[in-house]
Amino acid sequence: MIFNSKINNKHNNNLSKIIIYFLIFLWVFLAAFPFIWTFWGSFKVELDFFSIANWTNAITGKNTEQTYGSPFTFVGYHGAWVQEDFWKAFINTSLVCFFVVMTSLTIGTLGAYALSRSNYKYTFWLLIIALIFRAMPPITLVAGYLPPFFEWNLWGILPTTIIVLVSINQPFTLWMLHSFFQNIPKELDESAKVDGCSQYQAFGHVIVPVMWPGIITTGLFSFLLAYNDFAVTSMLLSDENRTMIPKIAAFLGTTYTEGNVMFAVAAVVSATVPLFILIMFFQTKIVSGLTQGAVKG
Amino acid sequence: MKHRTFFWFILPTFLAMFFFITLPIISVVIQSLHTPHENILVTVENCDPFGCKKVTSIDHDATKNLKSENPLGKFVGLDIYFDRGHLALKQVREHWNNSEDISKFLSLITDLPLYKAIFFTLTFTFTVTPIMLILGLLIALGVNSINKKLKGLIIFFSLLPMIVTPLIGSIILFWMIDSRGIVGNLLQILFEDPNLSLKASTSLTWITLIIYGVWHAIPFSFIVFYAGLQTLPKDQIESAQIDGANTFQQTIHIIIPHIMPLITFVTLMQLMDNFRVFEPIIGFNAEAHATSLSWIIFNDLGGETRQLSAAATSSILTIFGIVILLLPVLIKTWKEFDFKK
Repeated sequence: MIFNSKINNKHNNNLSKIIIYFLIFLWVFLAAFPFIWTFWGSFKVELDFFSIANWTNAITGKNTEQTYGSPFTFVGYHGAWVQEDFWKAFINTSLVCFFVVMTSLTIGTLGAYALSRSNYKYTFWLLIIALIFRAMPPITLVAGYLPPFFEWNLWGILPTTIIVLVSINQPFTLWMLHSFFQNIPKELDESAKVDGCSQYQAFGHVIVPVMWPGIITTGLFSFLLAYNDFAVTSMLLSDENRTMIPKIAAFLGTTYTEGNVMFAVAAVVSATVPLFILIMFFQTKIVSGLTQGAVKG
Repeated sequence: MKHRTFFWFILPTFLAMFFFITLPIISVVIQSLHTPHENILVTVENCDPFGCKKVTSIDHDATKNLKSENPLGKFVGLDIYFDRGHLALKQVREHWNNSEDISKFLSLITDLPLYKAIFFTLTFTFTVTPIMLILGLLIALGVNSINKKLKGLIIFFSLLPMIVTPLIGSIILFWMIDSRGIVGNLLQILFEDPNLSLKASTSLTWITLIIYGVWHAIPFSFIVFYAGLQTLPKDQIESAQIDGANTFQQTIHIIIPHIMPLITFVTLMQLMDNFRVFEPIIGFNAEAHATSLSWIIFNDLGGETRQLSAAATSSILTIFGIVILLLPVLIKTWKEFDFKK
C-alpha cells in the first residue's frame, strides 16, 4: 500500500521493489528450505544425508544409488515405523490430540461464554488468574503431578496425560474463545431471552451456531498445543505409551549410538507432514486465530 | 448474567484448572520446603571366629516407617532455595568478597547452575524479542506492498517455522548445522576452517540458539503486523505523501503508532514464550553450553533420581520470575477492565 503509492522518481521505485522482493524471497527461502531439504534427504542413506565428501550427494543420492540401486529409499521410514514401532506413537498422538481438542473445546466454550457475558469483579480475577496460568511454563507443574500420580497408579497412561493437557491448555483456550465471544453482540442473547429462551437455550441455539468459526480456530490451536508438547508428555507417559514427539527425542539418543540416524530423520519428517497438511487446509483460520487476540488490543 | 448461571457454565473449566493447576502449584510449594528422608543407618557388630567387625547398614524397617509416617519428607524451610543448586547464597557471598570487580563477580556467578540458566534465559528472551519484532515488521511491510497473488503462498511457507513442533524444528536445523550438514559444511568453506563447529563453543551455541529463536518467532510478529497493516488509515498516508513524507517517515510517524497496540501484544506473548525456552536446548543438544530455567526443572525431574524437591524449588523460582516479568501487564489490565459498578 505504502510502497505502491506514486513516487515521483520511477527509477527509485523499481529499485526499492527489487530489494523488497529479494528480502521476501530470502525469508521464504529461510522458512521453507530446512523442511524441503530434510524431506528430500529422508529418502537417502546417512552417507548422503550427512555428506562429507561432496554436498551434491545429498541431492543426487549417489551413495543411496550404490547401496539400493535407486536414488530413493524407504529404509529410514521402514526402520522408524516398523522396526522402532513409530506407528504406536502415531496412534497415541492421534488419541491424545482428539480427546484433548474435544474436551478443551467443550469445557472452554462454556467457561469463556460465561466470562464474556458477565462483568462482575470475580470475572476479572478469573481472567487474570488464567493469564498468569497461561504465562507459567507447564513444566513447572510437573513436580506437583508426579507424587500423586505415582501414588494412585495414574502415571504413564494416556487418560491422565489427556486431562493434564486439557487443564494446562484451558487458560489459553479461555482467553481465545473469550475474545471471540466478545465479538458476538450481547443483544443476540438478549433477544433470544426476550423470545423465551433460558440462558442455556440462548447459548445452545443462538450463540454456538454463530461461534463455529471461532470454535474451529481455537480447536486448531488446542490441537497444536497437544501435538507439539514435549516437556509434559515426556514426563507423564511411560515408554510404551509415548506420543510422537517424546518418541523422537528418545530416538535421538539411541539412534546416534546405533548408527540409525536415518530412522530419526524419517520419524521427524513423518511428524511434520500432518502439520504441513494442517497449514494447507486451515491457513486462513490459523492467521485469524493469531490475530484474534491482537486486534482486540 | 446471573451468579447461578455463571457458576454452572464456569464449573467444568474451573474444576480442571483447580485440580490440575492450582493444587499442583500448592503441592510444588510444599515439596520445595521438604527434602526426602535420609536412610536410617544402624551399626551392628558381627562376630566370627576371626574377630568382630562393625557393619553399618540401612535399617529398612525404620526407614520405611519414617517415610510412611511423614511421606512429604523432612521439613527444611527455605534451605533448598539457598543451596548450591539454587540461589547459592553462601557461594554468592564468597564470590562477592573474593572478586575485585563486577565482571569477575559475574563470571564467577554464572558458573553456578541456577545463575547460568537465568543468564541464558534472560539473554535469549531479550535478544530474540526485539529482533523478531523488527524483522517481522519489515517482512510485513514488504509483503503488504507486493502482488496479491503471491501473498497466500508466502504466508503458507512463513507459517512453517512457527507451527512445526519446536523440538522438530530445532532438530532439523541441528542436522543442517552439523559439520557434515549443508550449512555447517558451507560455513567451513566460507571461513576456510575445516574444524569449525558451531557446537564446540559457548558463544557460537548461544548465537545458534538465538537464531533458531528468531526463526521460530518471526512468523508470529509478521502475521499479526500484516493483519494490522490492512487497517491502516489511508487518508492519513495520502496526506502525508502530499506533504512530501518519504516511506521511512511514513513508517515512523503513521504506521508504527497505528500498530502500537499490536507491538505491545506481540512483545507480551514473546516474553512469555521465550522465557520458557526449552526444546531448542534439547534439539540442539546444547546443554553443555546453554541451560535455561525450564531445562533445569526438566533435568531434575528426569533420569533415575527424580529430584522432586530440587525441581519444585526451581519451579517456584521460575514462576516468581514470570510474575515479575508480567507485573506491568497485569497492572495495565487491572486499569483497563470495565468493572460493573
